[in-house]
Amino acid sequence: MADLGKHETAQARPADGLCRVGNGAAVALARLPVLSDTAFRRAVVEACAAGARLAAMAVLPGPPGARTILAVLAEDAHARLALVGTPVPAPGGQLLALSAELSQAQGFERELAEQHDIRFADHPWCKPLRRHAELEGPAVGEDPHPFYRVEGTGIHEVAVGPVHAGIIEPGHFRFQCHGESVLHLEIQLGYQHRGVEAFLLRASPARRLAIAECVAGDTSIGHGLAHCMAIEALASVEAPARADGLRAIMLELERLANHVGDLGALCNDVGYLPGASWLGRLRGDFLNLSLEICGSRFGHGMLVPGGVRFDLKVEAQTSFLERLAAAEADLEHILDLVFGAPAVTSRFEDTGVLARELAESIGLVGPAGRASGCARDVRRDHPFGAYRTSRIEPARASSGGVMARAQIRARECRESIAFVRARVLDLPATALAAPLPPLRPHHLAVALTEGWRGEIVHLAASGAGGALAAYKIVDPSFHNWLGLALALRGNQISDFPLCNKSFNLSYAGHDL
Amino acid sequence: MKRLLERLRQGYRTIPFPDESLRLPSRFRGRFALDPSKCRAGCHRCADVCPTGAIKTEPLRLDLGACLFCPECVSACQEGAIRSTPEYRLATCTRPDLVLDGHELRLATELGEKLKRLLGRSLKLRQVSAGGCNGCESDLNVTGIVVFDIGRFGIQFVASPRHADGIVITGPVPANIQLAPRETWAAVPEPKIAIALGACAISGGPYAGSEACLGIPADIPISLYVPGCPPHPLTILDGLLRLLGRNQ
Repeated sequence: MADLGKHETAQARPADGLCRVGNGAAVALARLPVLSDTAFRRAVVEACAAGARLAAMAVLPGPPGARTILAVLAEDAHARLALVGTPVPAPGGQLLALSAELSQAQGFERELAEQHDIRFADHPWCKPLRRHAELEGPAVGEDPHPFYRVEGTGIHEVAVGPVHAGIIEPGHFRFQCHGESVLHLEIQLGYQHRGVEAFLLRASPARRLAIAECVAGDTSIGHGLAHCMAIEALASVEAPARADGLRAIMLELERLANHVGDLGALCNDVGYLPGASWLGRLRGDFLNLSLEICGSRFGHGMLVPGGVRFDLKVEAQTSFLERLAAAEADLEHILDLVFGAPAVTSRFEDTGVLARELAESIGLVGPAGRASGCARDVRRDHPFGAYRTSRIEPARASSGGVMARAQIRARECRESIAFVRARVLDLPATALAAPLPPLRPHHLAVALTEGWRGEIVHLAASGAGGALAAYKIVDPSFHNWLGLALALRGNQISDFPLCNKSFNLSYAGHDL
Repeated sequence: MKRLLERLRQGYRTIPFPDESLRLPSRFRGRFALDPSKCRAGCHRCADVCPTGAIKTEPLRLDLGACLFCPECVSACQEGAIRSTPEYRLATCTRPDLVLDGHELRLATELGEKLKRLLGRSLKLRQVSAGGCNGCESDLNVTGIVVFDIGRFGIQFVASPRHADGIVITGPVPANIQLAPRETWAAVPEPKIAIALGACAISGGPYAGSEACLGIPADIPISLYVPGCPPHPLTILDGLLRLLGRNQ
């Protein structure tokens, strides 16, 4: 058995055969339980029946015939992650789809089929997760990317995208409508596929960080931090306490900027222009606080495996806190107007409702999940960095519509401001970064953060000599795009922009 | 009533532009200041740490088109040959102009007389995101908010390429979306201009070398390069106004 690093929390293998690790820990690949396909399936289904969620699925490389499908299960109630694997079937073989019993596996299995040519029996809709241009064209007989079609009198189809009317990333939306009412929406993505995961393996350490910061450009800290945590786990090093504090400040500033921007965009979509204009300006105030700390509005350059690069020194704290207080006061004034305006609330209420059971079954995460009553938040459930000592209680709502998603954002803004203020006043006096030792060979690291859209997962596996052998990224959008599609059912198609904005998902983060 | 009071409280937030007194915070990483005379012979530490290979040594050159404006080179250089400055004016008209070599950066100049007469007071642009991560898209959107108010200069982003005088491309152009910039460009009526915005569109940025990304088709002539990851809204505004001869 491989020796364990000091902050590893891998436990002796319990009766259910799963290997448990804490968030931001690494485990020797040799310790990963690899079960038969039926035992793997049973283990995953039973764990999920007992309250776990599928946080990630990936293929770990190995010699020919010895690749492993890995499932990462988040056991939120126990603050731990369960790992289990099964061999990739031989060419021509297939697996019985988890999706047949476990809806939240549908995207993961579609991705495994797309990326690794693994075939699944009984998958309800095993179309490639991403549309790939090389599969299209006149030479191809059968359409590789068919859309689900509703047939019947008066049914019509509306196709939107991939190029949209605003300054937005590309994606295709196919609506099946009866009159104004949406019966079904299928979202076809893949246009933004930059080959992130494969390219990361070939990149230099500095470039890996730059790529992680651009997985989704509005979530540079969320993804950059998950990347740093994964690398630190492989290297068996912890960031100093002051770095943890500064990282959490940056993560919350990113949340604030995006939540405020989203609230403004929601106002814009219902024609409430004072809210749109003022919140649009206020978003910049939070971005500029990030700029003040690290020189980039999006937090680029702040993080480094081992810690952070920039400090918030005592002499800069006063003006920082003054600006934060001014932004807070502006926000409160504007939110008071927005949520008091019948023109806004009447459009937000009862629009795009996603019921809790459905949200849970598809594995919805982040503010959208919390708006539907799924109280999931990595900061509380799998605390990392400063959140291990300074708890943050996730905002709650239950009605699951545009209104709930807006209210959740407003509440999270208030919590984030209070959290940032407390962290600034209580930055531990340590170094900013720890030197990064070489990565341990043949280990698997699991790192989760709570970005502003929700749970971000980075998995990194090292091979011989500590070189990266596999890298997997799960953006919250991976789970939540299906949530948007389902929330549209029974709504008017004219409410699509509003519903879309209330989720505000990442195309780049999904397509990778 | 409450809304009116709030309107008064919010006040007028649009910044004067162009304005010589505009300064970004000292930590903002804008234009780099190179001093090749300080380079130690044989030293290539900056080039070694650069994530995108934007730096060449002997003599020292820095390609702003490939630069991600990260702090790696500045912290690696012990001689002070590379410093970052908060200077946000960075946009150029040609690709070679983006290469810093210690001489003055040749910033963008105005369009030819005919184009300037046609577009100088009213420029409609169609944006095409082709693999952009929503960094460039976000800060391009921001040029429309009250602070920057790009509309006051007659510049507007439109929904249809048929209504546009040009396109702005962001992202490293993945194979899966390569048709979009090509067809959008073809749909814009002549005369027209194309703008490459951000490191990805200009050079591939962090994705340069990824087989999944193709870059902007070579037959789309670029009139303006706006470097950055992403470019600051002021960098974008400055570049566009230089092109129109509006910020002398």
